[in-house]
Amino acid sequence: MSRQYCTFRLDGHLFGVPVESVQEVLKQQELTTVPHAPAGIEGLINLRGQIITTLDMRSRLGLQPRTDSSSVIDVVVRTADGDVVSLLVDEIGDVLEPGPEYFEELPETVPASIRGTVTSVCKLDGQLMLVLDTESAVRLDLEKV
Amino acid sequence: MEVIDEIVAEFLVESYENLDQLDRDLVALEQEPGSRELLSSIFRTVHTIKGTCGFLGFEKLESVAHLGESLLSRLRDGEMALDPQVTTVLLEMVDAIRALLAQIEKTGEEGAADYAGLKSRLQAVLDGRPVEGAPEPTPADSPVEPAGVSPASQVPTAQVPATPAATPAGQDPADGVDEAGEAASEPSVVTVEVPETAAPAPVAEPVAEPVAEPVAEPVATKHRPAPTTAPVESPAVEESAAGARRSVADSSIRVDVDLLDGLMNLVGELVLTRNQLLQRAATRQDPELQRTAHRLNLVAGELQEEVMKTRMQPIDNVWSKLPRVVRDLCVSLGKSVRVEMEGRDTELDKTILEAVKDPLTHLVRNSVDHGVETPADRLAAGKPAEGRLLLRAFHEGGQVIIEITDDGAGIDPVTLRDKAVSRGLLTREAAAALGDREALHLIFQPGFSTAKTVTNVSGRGVGMDVVKTNIERIGGTIDVISAVGEGTTVRIKIPLTLAIIPALVIGSDTNLYAIPQVNLLELVRLESDQAQARIETIRGTPVYRLRGALLPIIDLREQLGLSVVEHETTFIVVLQADGRQFGVVVDEILDTEEIVVKPLGKQLRHIDLYAGATIMGDGRIALILDANALAKRAGMVGEAATGDSGPDQATSTGDRVSLLVIGLSDGRRVALPLGAVDRLEQFQTQTVERVGGHEVVQYRGQILPLVRLDRALQSYGDAPEGDLMHVVVCRHRGASVGFVVAEIHDIVEEEITVRTHLDTGGHQGSALVGDFVTELVDVERAVSAIDPSLLAVALAS
Repeated sequence: MSRQYCTFRLDGHLFGVPVESVQEVLKQQELTTVPHAPAGIEGLINLRGQIITTLDMRSRLGLQPRTDSSSVIDVVVRTADGDVVSLLVDEIGDVLEPGPEYFEELPETVPASIRGTVTSVCKLDGQLMLVLDTESAVRLDLEKV
Repeated sequence: MEVIDEIVAEFLVESYENLDQLDRDLVALEQEPGSRELLSSIFRTVHTIKGTCGFLGFEKLESVAHLGESLLSRLRDGEMALDPQVTTVLLEMVDAIRALLAQIEKTGEEGAADYAGLKSRLQAVLDGRPVEGAPEPTPADSPVEPAGVSPASQVPTAQVPATPAATPAGQDPADGVDEAGEAASEPSVVTVEVPETAAPAPVAEPVAEPVAEPVAEPVATKHRPAPTTAPVESPAVEESAAGARRSVADSSIRVDVDLLDGLMNLVGELVLTRNQLLQRAATRQDPELQRTAHRLNLVAGELQEEVMKTRMQPIDNVWSKLPRVVRDLCVSLGKSVRVEMEGRDTELDKTILEAVKDPLTHLVRNSVDHGVETPADRLAAGKPAEGRLLLRAFHEGGQVIIEITDDGAGIDPVTLRDKAVSRGLLTREAAAALGDREALHLIFQPGFSTAKTVTNVSGRGVGMDVVKTNIERIGGTIDVISAVGEGTTVRIKIPLTLAIIPALVIGSDTNLYAIPQVNLLELVRLESDQAQARIETIRGTPVYRLRGALLPIIDLREQLGLSVVEHETTFIVVLQADGRQFGVVVDEILDTEEIVVKPLGKQLRHIDLYAGATIMGDGRIALILDANALAKRAGMVGEAATGDSGPDQATSTGDRVSLLVIGLSDGRRVALPLGAVDRLEQFQTQTVERVGGHEVVQYRGQILPLVRLDRALQSYGDAPEGDLMHVVVCRHRGASVGFVVAEIHDIVEEEITVRTHLDTGGHQGSALVGDFVTELVDVERAVSAIDPSLLAVALAS
């Protein structure tokens, strides 16, 4: 059975998360910064009365900091234990449903900052989609390990 | 099987409630042993538990409850008198039931313990004097006897199936006897005791029968018929058995707290949506829309309030368990304590109530164990033999205050200081510098116990620090006031609810922050020229003179890692945290508001600076600042001056002290704490007389011994010429001593910030006082350096 992936772009790369973990996708929300917050935390957003932590996926994955943050997108994901976290991405893509034969393990030469959160690679036509593990993407303490 | 679990869960919840009632009643019963009303209530409660667990097949539980019930029925019918022994056994039974219920809750089974000891004790009480004494046991009781005599083992086996059947014994023999089989003689025990059950039984029976019949086989052998029959029967039987007490319960339902939390969140969202709608409506010229919006406004507001109320519970829910705790403690410690309560209907959020339960119990145990003395000691101290423990709760400024007051021995700050030193928690100097109130706070230090002996109740050095931590975790504060010989009061301040708290909203940079009102003392506004004049710095640390006391100042921007900017107008928020006062400079002060506290996500929870976040009316997010963490972050450790430090604390660094500055004959400056100085006098040199080797003068009808401070401090300059000599009269331990000095310079009041340990040996070091290096004189040492016997002379006079 093939799974559906919600895709988004970060620094030119295409990433995908299982569609069932995505709660909603929003245009950039008003951000409240949190002084002394660990790196990777962009701030807080008010999602209909719920206060949601926003993570900057670029910093989370060790990519280049973005220069133009005027059109960022919040991908709101829900983890297995019910936590709702917003992931800040550059651009939202389509929902894809590649067959299992397209997937492959992540090459071992990929930087550790990505290895920790990306579970596999999907070989699409003309580009690669990196499958993000939602649970580890929102777990910040992973960076210290 | 799920149905069973549900029934068992309900049984557990209900039984716990019943047990709480039981505890209360039993302790109350001891106060008025004759009360039939209380006895009946207790009887009904135990009976209900017994009845229900019978259906569910909890045999051990039932056998324990059964014996208790037999005993109670006898008490109720006046055939036995309640004495402490009986009460103890009954309370023990309650504990056993509680333990069994806990076991059932955990494992679904009753566990291995068989409570034989308790059962035999119950039996012994049952078989005791009253049985022989009662000439003609009423019919109600006689059947109990055989059941009682035959040991417990028989009781459960026979009774489990019998209980449901017993009810209709008269009306529906087929059902009862068939199932119970050879135990047919037993049901009479139950029948007699439950005359009330007769009425609802027919209602339950017809429904139960068809279900029960097909499973008759396993029922008879395994004693587990309950699951099938109970769903129908248990409510019916219970309702009648619990009778009068149920009237309150009928008008209420049990709701899961999670459900209320969800409701609370939804209401929060509704309120925000309302705010947005109101803003939109205000811009439209549509009177109809405006009216509707206004109505929505009102309804949403009321809804919010009502939902809040659903979470409120009276503090009595927690307090009601305390008399039992005190009673048990008193029995084991041989003390006598009367518990009084004021404000038991004070309401608190359920979550907070849960959180204060353990701390309160601990404090009460502490009061009884360490506070209240033994009756003999109390009589010796001229107090009534019976101690008094007063629990008070009341609202004050949007918070709830709980006080626990005992009239016991009190806490001696001197002992505390010694203890702190001997435990290595403080140096002797630091301990001596502590004020009495601060010394009392030592009891909240980890590893600190003042109990002379470790009892099984308390005194193991864990406790008060945990109490403090727990209280602070829910945003509360704890304080202790004590007078030696008179008693101790522990005062807990806690917010009404965790979900909604009053807070001051402030702005810093582009963000909003909320500071809980609990920590807020006052607000200060300074225009730029005022600010320059009134905010001084000590080695770069800004301080502000707030009514004569120095208030350390921190800049919120700096604490938050933002660039510090100059303000036209300086706003200082004066906060209190952990017994310290400090001012926080903020960009702007917006408003005080009731804010809904929302937890931060996992990724941010470790930052102790924030206690959570909230959403403002316009949808903006404000972080809630934790004042304690803010103080800690700013490096404020230890107890800073709070303005009430006594004059005898002249030595504690950083305190504001009043000093009398004196000149010695070699030009050195020394200072005496002003608090020790009585008067400044001038004497004619010829009035000095001699007693033995000492110089004295007649002064106000007394003989005043004189101490040449020059000599005491090894100043060998030229002795002052002339007829007059300056004498500083000091009071020292009840005696007056005159210090002869060369010169009296000044009285100064200032903060001693720069100091060294250099002095003439054994004194209190030296400090910069009014631009001069000045030695600080320790009166005691100055006096003792001359001659100890001198003091005796002074005292004798």
